Amino acid sequence: MKELSLYILDITMNSVRAGAKNIGITLTEKDHVLDMYITDNGCGMTAEQVEKLSNPFFTTRTTRKVGLGVPFLRMLAEMTGGSVTITSVHESVGKDHGTEVHATFHTDHIDFVPLGNIVETVITLIQGSPDVDFVFIHETEVGQVRLSIPEIRQILGEDIPLSSFEVLEWIKGYLSEQYAALQ
Amino acid sequence: MKSLEELMKIREQMKDKVAIRNGSGDIRVVVGMATCGISAGARPVLNTFVEEVTNAGLADKVTVTQTGCIGICQYEPVVEIFEDGKEKVTYVKMDADKAKRIVKEHLEGGKPVEEYTIGNTNL
Repeated sequence: MKELSLYILDITMNSVRAGAKNIGITLTEKDHVLDMYITDNGCGMTAEQVEKLSNPFFTTRTTRKVGLGVPFLRMLAEMTGGSVTITSVHESVGKDHGTEVHATFHTDHIDFVPLGNIVETVITLIQGSPDVDFVFIHETEVGQVRLSIPEIRQILGEDIPLSSFEVLEWIKGYLSEQYAALQ
Repeated sequence: MKSLEELMKIREQMKDKVAIRNGSGDIRVVVGMATCGISAGARPVLNTFVEEVTNAGLADKVTVTQTGCIGICQYEPVVEIFEDGKEKVTYVKMDADKAKRIVKEHLEGGKPVEEYTIGNTNL
């Protein structure tokens, strides 16, 4: 994939499918190192499942037999000299279940792909899962871009779906303006 | 700067609209958004549908939703259109321009764009 934001969309979809109600996407950039954290309170995975994750022939879906999301991410991270660490607590273990995917990239490495259209990734996630409480934070050395769906939901009330076009357009503008301010 | 006051205005404007929209959705546009779809370019396809459906004033009639892997990864981006009383239409190898044409001719005009459907694609 040509944009890191597409990997982020893909990996976050796993959190959505794990039934998470809260999903955090945090990007921090410092000294040519980008740290990506995707955390959720979904159903989590067993230790055995986590171990199998980097194997492309592991997937929970039934429509096809290969799962490439995590292997793709790991390949990209490792190509730039970075890594991927996944920690997870399965719902059978306790109440604090969920998964954290932490990837590190060296952004000055020739194999690093640009972040790309991260705003479109966030919009796509909200459109597809209007009931999930996403919190998106992107910290660079210049400043911070932040979006908290729980805060937006509080203003909008429960009746207006976050997937409404008007709301999505507002969020798009809200994020784009914050990014413009970082330039 | 986009302000939270603006968001409150949206809330006021939408209060009445929501009631109308909720009772509808005769046509469902489903975009495959698994790894296969995303890497083939499903993200702009989805967002083009959302945008064009609203621009065409079809938001009360057409719902755009996402799904996982449909099982025909080599044809991604795949879009399925479901309409009551009609056979499902499966569009393959989609892009944003094709999405625009489908909104106009299929969703607005009622006539599927045959050349983009799975039966008419040479692969």
